[in-house]
Amino acid sequence: MNKLLLHPAAKPLVFVLCLLPFAALAYGAFANTLGANPAETLIRSTGDWTLRFLCIVLAVTPLRQITGWHALARWRRMLGLYAFFYGCWHFLAFAWLDMGFDVAAIVKDIAKRPFILVGTAALLLMAPLAATSFNRAIRALGAARWQALHRAVYAVALLGVLHFFWMRSGKNDFGEVGVYAVIVAALLGWRAWKRQRSRALAATRT
Amino acid sequence: MLFLKDRGFTHPLASEITPRGVYQQRRALLLGSLATMALPTLAQKPKRTPLPGVKSTVAGAFVMDKPTAYADVTGYNNFYEFGTGKNDPAAQADTLKTRPWTVAIEGEVKKPQTLDIDSLLKLAPMEERIYRLRCVEGWSMVIPWVGFSLAELIKRVEPTGNAKFVQFTTLADKAQMPGVRSSVLDWPYTEGLRMDEAMHPLTLLAFGLYGEVLPNQNGAPVRLVLPWKYGFKSAKSIVKIRFVEKQPRSSWEIANPSEYGFYSNVNPTVDHPRWSQATERRIGEDGLFAKKRPTLMFNGYEPQVGQLYAGMDLRKFY
Repeated sequence: MNKLLLHPAAKPLVFVLCLLPFAALAYGAFANTLGANPAETLIRSTGDWTLRFLCIVLAVTPLRQITGWHALARWRRMLGLYAFFYGCWHFLAFAWLDMGFDVAAIVKDIAKRPFILVGTAALLLMAPLAATSFNRAIRALGAARWQALHRAVYAVALLGVLHFFWMRSGKNDFGEVGVYAVIVAALLGWRAWKRQRSRALAATRT
Repeated sequence: MLFLKDRGFTHPLASEITPRGVYQQRRALLLGSLATMALPTLAQKPKRTPLPGVKSTVAGAFVMDKPTAYADVTGYNNFYEFGTGKNDPAAQADTLKTRPWTVAIEGEVKKPQTLDIDSLLKLAPMEERIYRLRCVEGWSMVIPWVGFSLAELIKRVEPTGNAKFVQFTTLADKAQMPGVRSSVLDWPYTEGLRMDEAMHPLTLLAFGLYGEVLPNQNGAPVRLVLPWKYGFKSAKSIVKIRFVEKQPRSSWEIANPSEYGFYSNVNPTVDHPRWSQATERRIGEDGLFAKKRPTLMFNGYEPQVGQLYAGMDLRKFY
């Protein structure tokens, strides 16, 4: 499996696969095939894909450690950047299609509506992670500090789920939110459990 | 016009123009024969039965806005009994059985009765009315409905002096409505109106749209249409109308009292707690990148219904 993941075509293939949802939405917007309310479809779909990519990128480490497919690590940065990419489009779609780029209205809206505030906070929190994603930044920060900074992705995922939860709460429609909540909880829970176990092991050794 | 060739658009007499109804009939005939010949699956699509109405004379019953396309009106709906997605009702509502169907009239009336849908259809002459519809979610449509004023029915059942409000109960049958299995709302869905709202001539008891019997997903066989209130007030697939003394609580009020009030009049100055109600997007008409259009007070029906709420604090009674 590792060999397959290390195939020279594997990463470009994943890159293209990750771009497909965006391509499908862009095509739909121009061909007018996004249904009766294309603005709503674009805003919601880009949000869905941001959450999905957050789940995917958070799954890399657990999957790597459980299965031993360590070559997955090579994709982690790209997957994380895709989460940011879809997050930016999500914000852009909201600012453009919903607010018509009216800056004053956008600022007012962010302050007024908690779920928009939480979503904006998650996106702003993702920005420094994207900005420090290249190798030179890692070297400049030092691995430990870089890693500490990038743990902020856990908060981003939680804020993302909260954003979605609040958005759906008006309709008491929590089915889909529940799926994301369970996935994020499992991915973060696995990390907490790992950490506790390694601490316990370290304690018994000393 | 000397040097312009006649391409069939100039007619010496207006009477030579083929009436719209006639050419549409030809098209329907051709399509119908095609469908039955080559595509038996097409012929199995839900039947579309005509339900004509005469042009309504009620003030405000005909807006000049361009009607929303039939495909959007019937394909993009909120009808939670068939799922919470906007495409769910069109995909799932074919399981709804609209015959036999009865509507029970109960409570504070001198003539309580159970009307079957066929006698209800004959109760008053069918009228066509073109109303704006503003959804609380921030989108809008323009729909040509067919029906008659709810007042026609109310007059015939003779409410007593105690009848101050009207409560509408809609069908909630797990066997026909897959969405009723979910706990999104307390089923059955109920709505309420003040007596003067219910008696207002614009309050429509609708049986059809676009000159045809209501498609299931639009609330067949009988629904309310209140053009000056957010769409959810217009209860669909009604089975019971009860006249009561106390203000009833509607399903959305019970589910989320801080977000949905009893009146739910369209009001651009009172925001929903989670979004602005100042603007709206007209489905199928406003381009993707066009600015949203301003929402009108009482959805533009202020001249007709404004006096119903004179002196009321609409921020408090949202």
